[in-house]
Amino acid sequence: MKIHEYQAKQLFLDYGINTDKGIVCETPEEVYEAAEKFGKCVVKAQIHSGGRGKGGGVKLASSPDEAREIADNMLGMCLVTKQTGAEGKIVHKVLVTPANEIKKEYYLSVAVDNENAGLVIIASADGGTEIEDMAANHPELIIKENVSVYEGYHGYNGLEVARRMGIPAELKKDFVKMLGSMIKLFLEKNCSLVEINPLIIDGNDKLFALDAKITFDDNALMRHPEIVELRDILEEDPKEVKASEFDLNYISLSGNIGCLVNGAGLAMATMDIISKFGGSPANFLDVGGSATTEKVTAAFEILLSDPNVKAIMVNIFGGIMRCDIIAEGIVFAADKLGINVPLVVRLEGTNVNEGKEILKNSGLNIIAAEDMADAAHKAVNAAKGGM
Amino acid sequence: MSILINKETKLIVQGITGGQGRFHTEQMLNYGTNVVAGVTPGKAGEEVLGVPVFDTVKQAKQATGANASIIYVPPRFAADSIFEAIDAELDFVVCITEGIPVLDMARVKNYLKGKKTKLLGPNCPGLISPGKAKVGILPGYIHKEGHVGVISRSGTLTYEAVNQLTLAGIGQSTAVGIGGDPIRGLGFVDVLKMFEEDEDTYAVVMIGEIGGSGEEEAAEYIRDHMTKPVASFISGQTAPKGKRMGHAGAIISGGKGTAAGKIAALEACGVVVAPTPDRIGEALITAAKRAGVYEKLLG
Repeated sequence: MKIHEYQAKQLFLDYGINTDKGIVCETPEEVYEAAEKFGKCVVKAQIHSGGRGKGGGVKLASSPDEAREIADNMLGMCLVTKQTGAEGKIVHKVLVTPANEIKKEYYLSVAVDNENAGLVIIASADGGTEIEDMAANHPELIIKENVSVYEGYHGYNGLEVARRMGIPAELKKDFVKMLGSMIKLFLEKNCSLVEINPLIIDGNDKLFALDAKITFDDNALMRHPEIVELRDILEEDPKEVKASEFDLNYISLSGNIGCLVNGAGLAMATMDIISKFGGSPANFLDVGGSATTEKVTAAFEILLSDPNVKAIMVNIFGGIMRCDIIAEGIVFAADKLGINVPLVVRLEGTNVNEGKEILKNSGLNIIAAEDMADAAHKAVNAAKGGM
Repeated sequence: MSILINKETKLIVQGITGGQGRFHTEQMLNYGTNVVAGVTPGKAGEEVLGVPVFDTVKQAKQATGANASIIYVPPRFAADSIFEAIDAELDFVVCITEGIPVLDMARVKNYLKGKKTKLLGPNCPGLISPGKAKVGILPGYIHKEGHVGVISRSGTLTYEAVNQLTLAGIGQSTAVGIGGDPIRGLGFVDVLKMFEEDEDTYAVVMIGEIGGSGEEEAAEYIRDHMTKPVASFISGQTAPKGKRMGHAGAIISGGKGTAAGKIAALEACGVVVAPTPDRIGEALITAAKRAGVYEKLLG
């Protein structure tokens, strides 16, 4: 789960990390008032994506009037950054913060290191730019230090990173403490990323988090109701929000063939085979191992709510899940929703014959497929209007 | 022969009194798996499908001589159940549970170092040695006793591959699902090594997906150490960057973990990679024929 910069900055302050939480605003007038307090200030679009600066989502204002004008343009705009994709994200809130003097910029983050089953501190003496670009173009500038989830963080871990980053001697103690706080936050709140980019030395010669980014492990949200409260569903695809309510794994894509599959690997493979046959999947959808009629119906509703969908391909390999149950779900959903696009169904596995029988006797206009390749061919043709 | 499990495996089911635990215990018993005990704290003395229930794994092991366990415990408590199984010094533990916090698994993974216990999973379908035993949730009836080892990060895609093999008259020695989480127990290389050493396995199918670097490491292992032919399929060739495709481990980030990179690595190491998921069986046949073992796989 992602949160906004202003929420992440509040968590930083809770953990003693030096930053300014600023003032969150939803109207140009609120921005004007905030700017009056700060004088020279920065107006920052609050969206769940990085690369805001380059996309025009971070602007410096030298007067309250200018801040209001910036906010007037920024609020409600569709911000397109390198990370949002072409469709961009609507800006609903901006954060106004005092403009800091920047003497030096660094990059600092903590992430999970899957290979070593621990944490990794990632740092660079050059902040501000996108770390992925830097890692690709100048890997030698990236500093990495492993931290054990068992032993925890030691002062020497921080001192080592500080040395390699070139942190000035008089700030090393503060740096070690700041990094310790980031790791404490990471472990206590089950984060998957805590990032400061840039970490600066400000006009008072202090280390200061100019930006804040935190993402959380979705699997651990059950332990953190206080974090779940920070969720902003306006930032999420409405179809993905609905899918999560029904415990469906759904990801919206840009094609026109809706996919309903059981199992994540098979769902990805279904997207692959559609593409290989010249089609384009509208989504990734894994209905999971225990799909009920209710879940299957919700899945169809989500697929049909996408206006791009011109055909639907169902690809089920029933293991523990029985094909007859899935077939009943399809019939129920079709009755309830009135599916108005070609529906290609491939069933295989447990009780497959019973499942096929249910579909055949349903009177529904279903295009039956023999196997995955057959289903993909038929779905691609149907989406092109060929069936 | 088979790997990890056989007719001698004595299995404990952790979480046997839950809906999932009970259902799959019945399935495993029907398949012929030797389920000797169940564990649910506070339910000692009860029976599930004739299987005695104990409070702790240690008690269950002492009373029955069990050497393996399977875990169907909700994600919040699943890591604790794995720790318990490790401390009871079981040889082999399979964790089916999906949705365990990654930091929990990081702690488990560290704890496993130097211990005798081997862990499969979490978030996996388990494994099956056709005709011998099933420890997991795989549908038994699509399998056929034989000589191909199957290893996969995905459940239903494993069934897809197994089905294609069985329809082509090719049986399996053991089919292993290693699971879709980024931090897990046994990985591709661990299982490939077991298949290489298993006298009854003549060829291997390995099914990978985007994310992580397990497939690339497997490719190098195959090139340097495997004498048996390997066929593969990698799913997620059309997955967008930065989106987690169902499995927590299936995400392309920072340009790493792409399907194209994995396919290239595998092909460079002599693996036959199926271009589409419907041709996994065909890829295995090609690899087996090339190595001269195809005839031995039939029947």
